[in-house]
Amino acid sequence: MPESQLPVYILASLFVGVLLVPALGLYRRTLAYPVALLSLLSYLFFATQGLAAVMESGAISYSMAGWSPPKGIELRVDMLSAFVVCVIATISVVVTVYARVAVRREIPEREVPFYSVMLIMLSGLTGIAMTGDLFNLYVFLEISSLSGYGLMAIGHRKAVVSAYRYLLIGTVGASFYLIGIGYLYVLTGSLNMADVAGRIAELDANPALIVSVAFIFVGVGLKMALFPMHLWLPDAYTYASSTATAIIAPVMTKVSAYVLIRMLFFIYDTELVSEKLPVTAVLTWLGLLGVVVGSIMAIAQTDAKRMLAYSSVAQVAYIAIGVGLANPLALIGAMLHILNHAAMKCCLFLVTGHVALQTHSTRISAYTGLGRKMPWTFFAFTVSALAMVGIPPTNGFFSKWYLVRGGIDAGDWIAVGIIVASGLLTAVYFFRLIVRIYSTPPEGVVVLDGSDRPWSMSLPTVAVACSLILLGLFNSWFVTEVLRKALPPTMHLSQF
Amino acid sequence: MEKLQTLFVEQWTYVLTVVLLLIGLYGMLLKRNLVKKLIGMNIFQGAIILYYILFGFKRLPSGTPASVPVLNTQHSTDPELYMNPIPHALMLTAIVVSVATTGVALSLLIRIHGTYGTLEERELLEKLRDDA
Repeated sequence: MPESQLPVYILASLFVGVLLVPALGLYRRTLAYPVALLSLLSYLFFATQGLAAVMESGAISYSMAGWSPPKGIELRVDMLSAFVVCVIATISVVVTVYARVAVRREIPEREVPFYSVMLIMLSGLTGIAMTGDLFNLYVFLEISSLSGYGLMAIGHRKAVVSAYRYLLIGTVGASFYLIGIGYLYVLTGSLNMADVAGRIAELDANPALIVSVAFIFVGVGLKMALFPMHLWLPDAYTYASSTATAIIAPVMTKVSAYVLIRMLFFIYDTELVSEKLPVTAVLTWLGLLGVVVGSIMAIAQTDAKRMLAYSSVAQVAYIAIGVGLANPLALIGAMLHILNHAAMKCCLFLVTGHVALQTHSTRISAYTGLGRKMPWTFFAFTVSALAMVGIPPTNGFFSKWYLVRGGIDAGDWIAVGIIVASGLLTAVYFFRLIVRIYSTPPEGVVVLDGSDRPWSMSLPTVAVACSLILLGLFNSWFVTEVLRKALPPTMHLSQF
Repeated sequence: MEKLQTLFVEQWTYVLTVVLLLIGLYGMLLKRNLVKKLIGMNIFQGAIILYYILFGFKRLPSGTPASVPVLNTQHSTDPELYMNPIPHALMLTAIVVSVATTGVALSLLIRIHGTYGTLEERELLEKLRDDA
């Protein structure tokens, strides 16, 4: 297989699925699921091949339709892109294995639209991660967002309203990004990322450049639910179907975080955003506020899914802190947290899906005593809760470790303090739930027997939970082999 | 002061796009009806499309607008005579995106109206609160 063609194979494996699932699904509904799974498996295969090829021989560039960059649209897979694509691919395959039974029971009759829309969203997210063209990124952003609105609208009755609200906010975010690249185009006359980066380096911090940074920052911030632009997120996650949440929550905000890293450090100058303009300082402060506010809001919730949604706000804020500190160690922490948080949140939402199926409720009170009835599911829950708190040897500990070291390097002691202390806040809302899970329910509370546990739902949940520990144990391999090479060219990691 | 003068006299079209942008934002933030919010969003997107088209526009030194770049050997191949086609081509895509967004939004609105029987935000919020 020619390595230079891999970017296209990765996207094509999804696009073929996007076309085949509705076509075959119309013919026979049961065909939708195997086709979707097959398409995602080939996507995962090509994504891992892509990562292996990039690790071996460096970035792969592909000129769409033979128009060479900077004129044509370039698909470019470097270490950072390949890493993000692999995260998306792995999560999507795991969730799709889980989805077979979950979707059939939770949203019956709607499998065909569900899988079609999910594949469109994944191809949009993959496109964002791989494109080398600013406007192309906007188009993929809108593809993933539009299908994301559809995916979130399938579920609880209220889901339609929260999806509509997210649609308005998300469109403003994407439009702000569009204005931002408009300014960049006027300044540089190019849309290719590498070309724009080269031309920006020659410019001074003029007003138009500042405006473009501001618009792109706010636009991407809205998309990644950066505090205080997170207000769309809790409702959207709470009312979407549990499978949809399990796929959207791990990847969607992370891909926006990827866009932020790409824009700030690869396209704008690191010096420009951290010294001439206070972009990264603002990002750090918003991140710190987001961690505290998100965690406190999570403590106040009585609904498990909403609690996890607020915890997502807090966890995305960790990534924002890592990006904002703008030094190699902190950025590695942020990138590692993209992977770690995707795995943890995926596992947690898979568990809430189990419980919703068993008890028809997502309220925290419904969790009383379930731990003994569904031991494996809640083993997975406990492991991922520990990972969220950041207890070694789970993976959550190591991303925070790098963030703290980055904070020390930057001399930002407030950030270090809040990252360490926020673990306690996370512990409050997770341990409260764990105690409830393993306690004996009081008299009169009906607990389901928990016998209805299809293996296709339990197996992925437990597998993700085990991977949390493995990711923690083997994190040094990830950091040295993948993430260190994914750092922007302006950053070098001296000590290691 | 002089800068302001050139802005409002020679580049008043840009000022117009900013006004449109603000009208759109106003509609999305302050209108109480969900359809009006959608109209605000459309105006907002329209402003951005106009902005792109404007910076692709160019006049020749003689004052007449430059020509559209159509490949024709009878015309001159001097790029100075033509407008920049890229922003205009980009905006074709952006218009498609905006139409698709409107379509998704309208279908969501139909579902909201079907479920709750209203598109007024206040009534909707009340019904959402009662809906356990």
